[in-house]
Amino acid sequence: MTDVVETETRVSPPRPDGLRGFASDWASDQRTFKNVSWGKAMMWIFLLSDTFVFGCFLLAYMSARMSTTVPWPNPSEVFALNIGGTEVPLILIAIMTFVLISSSGTMAMAVNFGYRRDRRKTALLMLLTALFGATFVGMQAFEWTKLISEGVRPWGNPWGAPQFGSTFFMITGFHGTHVTIGVIFLIIIARKVWRGDFDTEKRGFFTSRKGHYEIVEITGLYWHFVDLVWVFIFAFFYLW
Amino acid sequence: MVNIPSSINDPIPAAEVEDVELYHPHSWWTTYVFSQDAKVIAIQYSLTAISIGLVALVLSWLMRLQLAFPGVFTFIDADRYYQFITMHGMIMVIYLLTALFLGGFGNYLIPLMLGARDMVFPYANMLSYWIYLLAVLVLVAGFFVPGGPTGAGWTLYPPQAVLSGTPGGQDWGIILMLSSLILFIIGFTMGGLNYVVTVLQGRARGMTLMRMPLTIWGIFTATVMALLAFPALFVASVMMLFDRVLGTSFFMPAIVEMGTQLQHGGGSPILFQHLFWFFGHPEVYIVALPAFGIVSDLISVHARKNIFGYRMMVWAIVIIGALSFVVWAHHMYVSGMNPNFGFFFATTTLIIAVPTAIKVYNWVLTLWRGDIHLTIPMLFALGFIVTFVNGGLTGLFLGNVVVDVPLSDTMFVVAHFHMVMGVAPIMVIFGAIYHWYPKITGRMLNETMGRIHFWVTFLGAYLIFFPMHYLGLLGAPRRYYELGESVVNPPSAHDLNIFITMMALTVGAAQVLFLFNAAWSLRHGKDAGGNPWRATTLEWQTPTTPPPHGNFGKELPVVYRWAYDYSVPGAPEDFIPQNEPDPENRSREHAS
Repeated sequence: MTDVVETETRVSPPRPDGLRGFASDWASDQRTFKNVSWGKAMMWIFLLSDTFVFGCFLLAYMSARMSTTVPWPNPSEVFALNIGGTEVPLILIAIMTFVLISSSGTMAMAVNFGYRRDRRKTALLMLLTALFGATFVGMQAFEWTKLISEGVRPWGNPWGAPQFGSTFFMITGFHGTHVTIGVIFLIIIARKVWRGDFDTEKRGFFTSRKGHYEIVEITGLYWHFVDLVWVFIFAFFYLW
Repeated sequence: MVNIPSSINDPIPAAEVEDVELYHPHSWWTTYVFSQDAKVIAIQYSLTAISIGLVALVLSWLMRLQLAFPGVFTFIDADRYYQFITMHGMIMVIYLLTALFLGGFGNYLIPLMLGARDMVFPYANMLSYWIYLLAVLVLVAGFFVPGGPTGAGWTLYPPQAVLSGTPGGQDWGIILMLSSLILFIIGFTMGGLNYVVTVLQGRARGMTLMRMPLTIWGIFTATVMALLAFPALFVASVMMLFDRVLGTSFFMPAIVEMGTQLQHGGGSPILFQHLFWFFGHPEVYIVALPAFGIVSDLISVHARKNIFGYRMMVWAIVIIGALSFVVWAHHMYVSGMNPNFGFFFATTTLIIAVPTAIKVYNWVLTLWRGDIHLTIPMLFALGFIVTFVNGGLTGLFLGNVVVDVPLSDTMFVVAHFHMVMGVAPIMVIFGAIYHWYPKITGRMLNETMGRIHFWVTFLGAYLIFFPMHYLGLLGAPRRYYELGESVVNPPSAHDLNIFITMMALTVGAAQVLFLFNAAWSLRHGKDAGGNPWRATTLEWQTPTTPPPHGNFGKELPVVYRWAYDYSVPGAPEDFIPQNEPDPENRSREHAS
């Protein structure tokens, strides 16, 4: 075909600044998003798709809550805990939210140490993140148990609209599943980091491909997303 | 555009990503069964989709037999009839068309046309197929469980879908259907992420977005739409599954069945319709856009002319994709939603006609004074254009609220969407198979059998669906098991029904000829060579045919031009491949 084939990699040719540069980047050859790896692009697009899933769940819940003809149970009372004789509204949810948001902080630190090739700190911070996640799921299990013991079922509850129980179990259950999957992945990847699989270029068991430290960041993207979704669930379900 | 090689003198840009490391299969199992090669996965997807499509074809025969000869085939009772309708619709729309266009053609053509070694995540790509296969098996299991598959109609509207009066409503049918859909969406997401990321981030040097063949633009836009539309179906399926299994009331209002007050109450059936059609309308274009793209390439290749208005074609695809997300409630004019919505959704619906008309004009202008070769792919492409225009025109009727209301739930609707979403994309699928079969197998399909197949299919489809418009205008309702003699079904209309059924059986038989042709040509077809159609795109420039593992041998191709350099004045041949550096830079790329 041609006598000069350059083989140098990972170098983008210079491009114009501003809007023109933006447009020529997007339309240019090889990659639309320069300096975005395949894995990260995939995770971002997956999260966009997942946003639509959660968006549909929340919209369905909102339409049920707005159109109900029987009273909707008051979340401040339903999700109150009796501590020392006083009813503290939403205290458990507040703690859960705090734990999950803290886990995003430890995750961000893990990503940072991952790129510095600090295997020990990365793995420990990831495990700490997983621990926070597991704590969150544990508290959610406690909350479910409490509500079930008070008579809340997917098909009805003692206080009003049956959709309260069905949307609650469905949305928090679906979110909790996301957190659980995240915890499992965090543990698997923390183990790989700890063993140094990404330094020795050990191949994956299923995919027989080499991993990179970037997977820490990709897992982080997922984790932050799950965290962000929780903020919306918190706002729309508990604070409304 | 900067730094893109157009002639032999331009510098070749550096590869921005290292060449991928391929997974090399070691055994027969990992080469042909659990393969991670997109080409093998594409063939697996296609064969599975076509197999399940044959089931849907047989179901349509049985429905037509019942409509033409009510009471003669005693094994078709009302329940069976509704089960046939439901399974025929669901299989055709999702398990055949979506899977074949995106899983089949997407997998085969994206890496090859873009000059990539494979999809970016071959392992997830393989999982995608196996989950799709599982979804198909769960769907088929419906035929073998007590109560049979669901008979709720392909739209699965609640509350009837989960009530005991509907076949499968209180048995296994609806549970299996919803589970199968959930599995399909999970499997599709794995594949879909692959297709999107490969198009965005995995192209060859010189392959800019505006040099991609329109086939890729169509598949890419459709996949993005699918990733955003399937979530609504996923959510609707999960919620209805809970309504059925857990006794929740997402979609179930307070309801009395057989004199008994059910436990449900307070749910909204309209909510399901909104969720379903937020998926359902984009789904029409998820099927149509790959067809648009493929047909553009077929016309350009077989008319030996560059596609007319390439940029407008790309933008039309993107705009149709975006608009299709804001038209969904035109399926719900008679649902009881707020009537003011009708005004908004009718307006957006009719606006879609603008980019669609641009595409049709551009196809016709591509043919204008072209060197038209009436090969079989070209015949099917031409068949697509007329069929699509026909179906699109009746869409203008149905898009208007006042015209739609009397036509709702009549045979007119059936005729409309079978023309636009059934026959038209299937024409493209056949055209595409005749076009790319030589690349996939190395042999040409038999020409004579192909021509018979085309004419019977094309004329037969018109003889089936044109009379159906007339039946619809008479007022013949769809989804009725038996019409009897009535105002809407006079003896003349009944004779027409018998005629339609005869034609349906004939067209079905022609597909058997096609399958025989595909099997026979595998051994006895004429040797195709590497590039039998003398086409420019990269999949025809592979070192061997069928393309080897890794697609392009040692060096990946460098792209110097767009995909449509046909009949360029002064060029030695009437086509210039995309990866050929032309010393005199005669490309028509910038003239368009």
